[in-house]
Amino acid sequence: MPKGKLTFEYEKCKGCQLCVVFCPVKILYADKSFMNDAGYNLIRLTDEAKCIGCGTCALMCPDSVITVEVSK
Amino acid sequence: MMEVKYRKSKGLTDKPLSYCPGCTHGIIHKLVAESLEELGVLDTTVGIASVGCSVFAYEFFNCDMIQCPHGRAAAVGTGIKRTHPDDIVFTYQGDGDLASIGIAETIHAANRGENITIIFVNNAIYGMTGGQMAPTSLIGQKTTTSPLGRDQHLHGSPIKISEMFATIDSVAYLERVAVYNPRQVRNAKNAIKKAFTYQKEKRGFTMIEILSTCPVNWGKTPQDALKWVEEDMTKVFPLGIFKDAGVPIHE
Amino acid sequence: MGNKILMKGNEAIALAAIKGGVDAFFGYPITPQNEIPEYLSRYMFEQGKVFLQAESEVAAINMVYGAAASGARVMTSSSSPGIALKQEGISYMAGSELPCVIVSVMRGGPGLGGIQPSQADYNQATRGGGNGDYHVIVFAPESIQETVDVMKEAFDIADYYRNPVMVLVDGLIGQMMEAVDFSKPVPKRFLPPKDWAAGGMASHAGRNTICSLYLDPYELEDHNLKLQKKYLQATANETRFELINMEDPDYVIVAYGTMARICRSAIDILAKKKLKVGIIRPISLWPFPKAPLKNISRNCKGILVCEMSLGQMIDDVRIANEGALPIAFFGRTGGVVPEPEEVADAILDFDKRRVE
Repeated sequence: MPKGKLTFEYEKCKGCQLCVVFCPVKILYADKSFMNDAGYNLIRLTDEAKCIGCGTCALMCPDSVITVEVSK
Repeated sequence: MMEVKYRKSKGLTDKPLSYCPGCTHGIIHKLVAESLEELGVLDTTVGIASVGCSVFAYEFFNCDMIQCPHGRAAAVGTGIKRTHPDDIVFTYQGDGDLASIGIAETIHAANRGENITIIFVNNAIYGMTGGQMAPTSLIGQKTTTSPLGRDQHLHGSPIKISEMFATIDSVAYLERVAVYNPRQVRNAKNAIKKAFTYQKEKRGFTMIEILSTCPVNWGKTPQDALKWVEEDMTKVFPLGIFKDAGVPIHE
Repeated sequence: MGNKILMKGNEAIALAAIKGGVDAFFGYPITPQNEIPEYLSRYMFEQGKVFLQAESEVAAINMVYGAAASGARVMTSSSSPGIALKQEGISYMAGSELPCVIVSVMRGGPGLGGIQPSQADYNQATRGGGNGDYHVIVFAPESIQETVDVMKEAFDIADYYRNPVMVLVDGLIGQMMEAVDFSKPVPKRFLPPKDWAAGGMASHAGRNTICSLYLDPYELEDHNLKLQKKYLQATANETRFELINMEDPDYVIVAYGTMARICRSAIDILAKKKLKVGIIRPISLWPFPKAPLKNISRNCKGILVCEMSLGQMIDDVRIANEGALPIAFFGRTGGVVPEPEEVADAILDFDKRRVE
């Protein structure tokens, strides 16, 4: 099963949390202590090993913040 | 060995989007950008930014862009396409722009079968100017110019653009989609890409109506706004294909 | 020698546009200019060019906007109420630095008005009805020949300044027939390539955007100052006028277009009454020819401004003359075309009143 790797372009994140809402394995969350210059709470993974590389987070992100890689 | 499954489209510039957090303009921009990138037409595309929250679209799409007066995008697109018939031409318009001030230009471009693609972003409100009632606002919907809620006797009913345009002979492809969950987003992408493909094949006028959100002016979180599209807007604006000419009508 | 053909004004305008290298015409029916779109609907097609009757004058000017923004040489034509509808588009084009040619065949106003010739759109043409600090370069020929010559040149002028150019005539010029020669060459003008045009990235370097929006006020001010530089250049280079009988006149008439032709007959009547009257005939209305109005000989007793309106150009005459001479006005409006005798009588009245 492919393991996914997420890269965030955090300066562009607006903390809308659509990625958090739609992640099918529920491993994303908004970290209240982690902010960009615009003041938005940024997104972290609870457990990187659980990422299935489905790409749903990136699909739903309005700001193209997330790049998804999968292992072949 | 890692392989990229999803990255930012080359059809978008590096400029950060100016839309509100969670606004689905961003998702729709991606779908348009990806479609143009995948069809290999970015170099021969001219996009038209209308007036509304998306007025700055001329900074976000990685192709030649023309900003134009409120409502006139379909006429501007006509001028470009008639003089540059091999360019891909698209307009990007909100519901105030297209269904209110721009309705005449849009109807007539469709009626002439102009070989352009209209991306119609319908969020049932005037976003940029602070949340006024739009022609597509729902009955009972409270806005800054209908504070007691839209009243059919005072304001008429929400206008159904896709249904109206389906009666026009020269429309080649017409679909209403939404982006309120991943499955709908993928479907919307297919619709948008199909519209551009029809344009590339010179089949005539194509329009995709996309039900979109306005979290700030609806007074909802981004997630609740998507729910309102799914549960309330689709009852008034049903999703589906309204016209698919299927056969080429232009040579 | 044998190059002249007899043509109706509107049709000559249309043919002159084709000779001037127009790529596309977008317009809408309105009296008294319908022969322009009708002629072009046939001959643009023959030339492999674009003709489209739009659904309104608003739509037409926006089609012009799109075609110009993507690099085409493009025009529209209309008459007074239709030109009113185009003001938004014209302002956007000036603000976005786009070239186009607009033909306005004036009729009586205001509102629906009438269909007879008028000059009551001087303010509309030169002061604009669109928003912001901009100008349209406006030419007001008096004969079909002059109209044809300026039409052929207008596309180059528009391209050179990246600004709308208006050819302003009235219903009389549009409808009458005169002998016209299309063989006069267009003055050569260096036109830089349109590498600013948004016709697709494959056709130029980089990515082009066409826009008139500048939210930062300092940027918008800079943009406006840049436009003003162009307008100063146009003022220096495109001011056109004709002087008729201006060596030491008793009175001077200022008139343009059809009214100027009527005044030419009027000054012959006055010559018989031993009154020497000269005419300053502006050919460009914007930029307005100020210099001849400052340099009138000292023996001149007054200026009579003659317009087919209730007085619009007269303000520019007053500004240019800087109070040096008494100024009177003669006008007919509503579509009424005056007789030369009326103009002659106006001079005689002016003369009599001055003495009293």
